[in-house]
Amino acid sequence: MFFQDIIFWSLASLAVSAALGVVLMQNIFRSALLLIVVFLAIAAQFVFLAAEFVGVVQLLIYAGAISILIIFAIMLTRDVQRGNLPNRMQLPAVLISSLLLVTFVFVFIDTDWQLIQDFPHRQEILNQAFVNTPARIAVLLMGNYALAFLSAGLLLLGSIIGALALVRERS
Amino acid sequence: MYLERFLILSAILFCIGLYGVLARRNAITVLMSLEIMFNAVTLAAVAVSRHVTSFQVLASSDFSESAINSMLTGQIFALFIIVVAAAEIALGLGIVISLYRSRETVDITQANLMRR
Repeated sequence: MFFQDIIFWSLASLAVSAALGVVLMQNIFRSALLLIVVFLAIAAQFVFLAAEFVGVVQLLIYAGAISILIIFAIMLTRDVQRGNLPNRMQLPAVLISSLLLVTFVFVFIDTDWQLIQDFPHRQEILNQAFVNTPARIAVLLMGNYALAFLSAGLLLLGSIIGALALVRERS
Repeated sequence: MYLERFLILSAILFCIGLYGVLARRNAITVLMSLEIMFNAVTLAAVAVSRHVTSFQVLASSDFSESAINSMLTGQIFALFIIVVAAAEIALGLGIVISLYRSRETVDITQANLMRR
């Protein structure tokens, strides 16, 4: 447990400091590289939460595909040298986000969560839900969530067509 | 505190992303902050699905397969959030590039009109 705590806190501080770097760094190319660090740290947190499949999907899609897309966009727009300027909403933005953070933390601590570990006599059976998760997720995706699964395919098709239409050269 | 620390981490990341969305000028930084916010929400969904049970699961005397599978709902939602984020970033970067073509800048304070 102690070892797990050390890994959690180091990954959490890595994720938070890298996320701060993403929004505060002057060079946007460096902030894109730090964004990959955030994605990797969160993928490791997913493995801690018995969600290996989601962690691997996070690695493939976020750390693999989305970060490459963002780096390509930074290269294409060549606005790196102007840097990452703040706008006039600086102070209201800090106020809104810190107020929201305080509200979130208060709600999370104050809520009476129906935790799995509060039911020790059901522990074994409840823990069954988190072994062999990829197979269970596959069954759920093709069963209960088949409609959402197919709609996700349509959404991706629509976004591909939309992105192509947006960046097409108009002659 | 085992659940709460994941939720607080996700809240901190969400608020950092919110600050980035609200207070930065560069459109690509805004999109990156949006990705951090999506990621924070995904983390919260997975953490809650791991540590919180539904009454439906606890009430059933024999744990049927579907009741146990319903505990994975958070992970399914995380996958759908990732899909939507991928679609969103592809469209968002397309908009940023077409903005750059017409305005020679990716400063969102100057993007009050796409067509010049």
